[in-house]
Amino acid sequence: MTAVRTTEQSPTNGQRPAAPARRRARRSAGSRIGGILRGIVLVALALAYISPLVFMLVTSFKTQGDATAVPPSLIPDPFTLQAYEEILATGGGTPVLRWFGNSMLAAAAHALLVVVVSSLAAYPLARMSFRGRGAVLTMIVVTLLVPPTILIIPSFLIVSELGWLNTLWAIVIPTAAGAFGVFFMRQFFVSLPIELEDAAAIDGANRWQVFTRIILPLARPALATLAMLAFLTNWNDFLWPVYVLFSPDLQTLPAGLATLQSSNAVRYDLLMAGATLASIPVLILFVFLQRFIIEGVARSGVKG
Amino acid sequence: MAVVAPKESASPRAAGARIAPARSERSRAARSVAGRQQAPWTPWAFMAPYLVLFGVFVLVPVVLGGWMSLHRWDYTLPNKPFVGLENYRQLFDPTSSSSQVFWGAMQATGIFTVASVPLLLVLPLLVALLMRRSFPGRNLMRAIYFAPYVLGVAVVAVLWRYLLDNNIGVVNQTLGALGLPGDVAWTTSVPAAWVALVGVTVWWTLGFNAVIYLAALQDIPGELYEAARVDGASPWQQFLNVTLPGLRPIFAFIVVITLIASANMFGQSYLMTQGGPGRETRTAIYQITETGLRGFRMGEASAMSYVLTAVLLLASAVVFALLREKKGAGR
Repeated sequence: MTAVRTTEQSPTNGQRPAAPARRRARRSAGSRIGGILRGIVLVALALAYISPLVFMLVTSFKTQGDATAVPPSLIPDPFTLQAYEEILATGGGTPVLRWFGNSMLAAAAHALLVVVVSSLAAYPLARMSFRGRGAVLTMIVVTLLVPPTILIIPSFLIVSELGWLNTLWAIVIPTAAGAFGVFFMRQFFVSLPIELEDAAAIDGANRWQVFTRIILPLARPALATLAMLAFLTNWNDFLWPVYVLFSPDLQTLPAGLATLQSSNAVRYDLLMAGATLASIPVLILFVFLQRFIIEGVARSGVKG
Repeated sequence: MAVVAPKESASPRAAGARIAPARSERSRAARSVAGRQQAPWTPWAFMAPYLVLFGVFVLVPVVLGGWMSLHRWDYTLPNKPFVGLENYRQLFDPTSSSSQVFWGAMQATGIFTVASVPLLLVLPLLVALLMRRSFPGRNLMRAIYFAPYVLGVAVVAVLWRYLLDNNIGVVNQTLGALGLPGDVAWTTSVPAAWVALVGVTVWWTLGFNAVIYLAALQDIPGELYEAARVDGASPWQQFLNVTLPGLRPIFAFIVVITLIASANMFGQSYLMTQGGPGRETRTAIYQITETGLRGFRMGEASAMSYVLTAVLLLASAVVFALLREKKGAGR
């Protein structure tokens, strides 16, 4: 059980140095062949992941004809930014930059909302005893298991009654009711040492002061992880924006890609340029924050 | 948790903990904040914003959906007459067209789920097992496998729609160059379309499940393996007796999230096959949204989503029962 504790307290530190070192020392020369085989499999798999993305990027720099040439080549001939110029042109039916801005705005607002609302709700569930606590916790766990399908049709009606159809509010707010954020923050708060809060309470701090001055600063890594996960989920959400956003100007990037595809079925140069533009911001975010994102996902499971 | 105030909580006095003059300094320090009383409304004030959201966008929809399913609820018409269980009756009447469409879509969801879930349980575990020992570049590999998940279903599906193009796609061109059939209609014929949809989904989410497995593997104490080795256990025996039991707590979690995700497959079909050929790859959720949010027959669509949810909950219950049985047998 000590091993479990270690990862809980240092979420960014995946490996434990001691055990693997000991194991490596025990490995015989025979197992080196196993290591090489494993390396070959893992590298082949990595290629299967990288090459489609390379094709996406390469095709986005091709002309329309070159993009559908047989056999497909890895080098654009000629190299052109024509596809980007075409989908970014103002007045076209595919304002990709607008979609980009919409997605950014919606995902950032959603992440902020999730972080604020979830951490507030998670704190009493982790640290206060009150009547109804068990009921709220049960409700949250049940919500984690209920398929989202059941919510789609009535949520559309509610969003319509609120006047949010075809606005970004429909993308930002309803999905913030998901239980994952509360669950995630509660797990983190429970793992914090209680002594600090006790000390503050003895000094006369009230609950709100304890929460804002002690708990939230300690929870910064967890808050950042949750914010990133919420941002990504919202950025990539597909079904809901497809049905609640109608105007070409108001689409998010994923919904916009669907529009782009349905109006340019075989213009692969345009489609790949759109897909590349949709990928760049998340890939950049991912390159810099991949440890946090991956550990966040890993931890969501381990502690589930 | 362990340190909780004595049973005085019957009266929820706000300042109960702070006053308590009779208590010695030592026992006061021993009491944790968690056990301290606070104003009865304090926790609810903290939770209020979330509970409002939860009420409006989870509780109300669940009830409203049931209510809508009892009506002929056309979004575009002013009258939404009550029809009782008529929408459900139609779904279970084999001669009605809505029943044929719905169960066809349920079948599509079933095919996809049955084909994709086992792959998404086993392949990520194999990858995680290959990656559990530390080696140079491990974090890079892990990031590469995880990357498509970050790109989202829209990018992934549009990209693969291109790679799988029947005529000019890289996949068919490569197969042809290798002397294999190079003219597979990946997006316009079955069963090829199912292979494509399942394959792309595995490519997309393998890294996600692998990361969860990997974290769980690393939490299995190394001492257990050493003890097993001292007892002369072969690697296979170690896998069966140490690794698998160690993964047990995480396994149910992975099964449920994978099952729910697969049963809600939408974007891949919407973007790669448009539900085709015909309606072959149009999944239940796709049919529900098209009926309710394009056709605006929301009563019918709500009834469908209730039936789908019931089937999913039943399926999850069966899976859990099976897992528990297996556990029992394993011991």
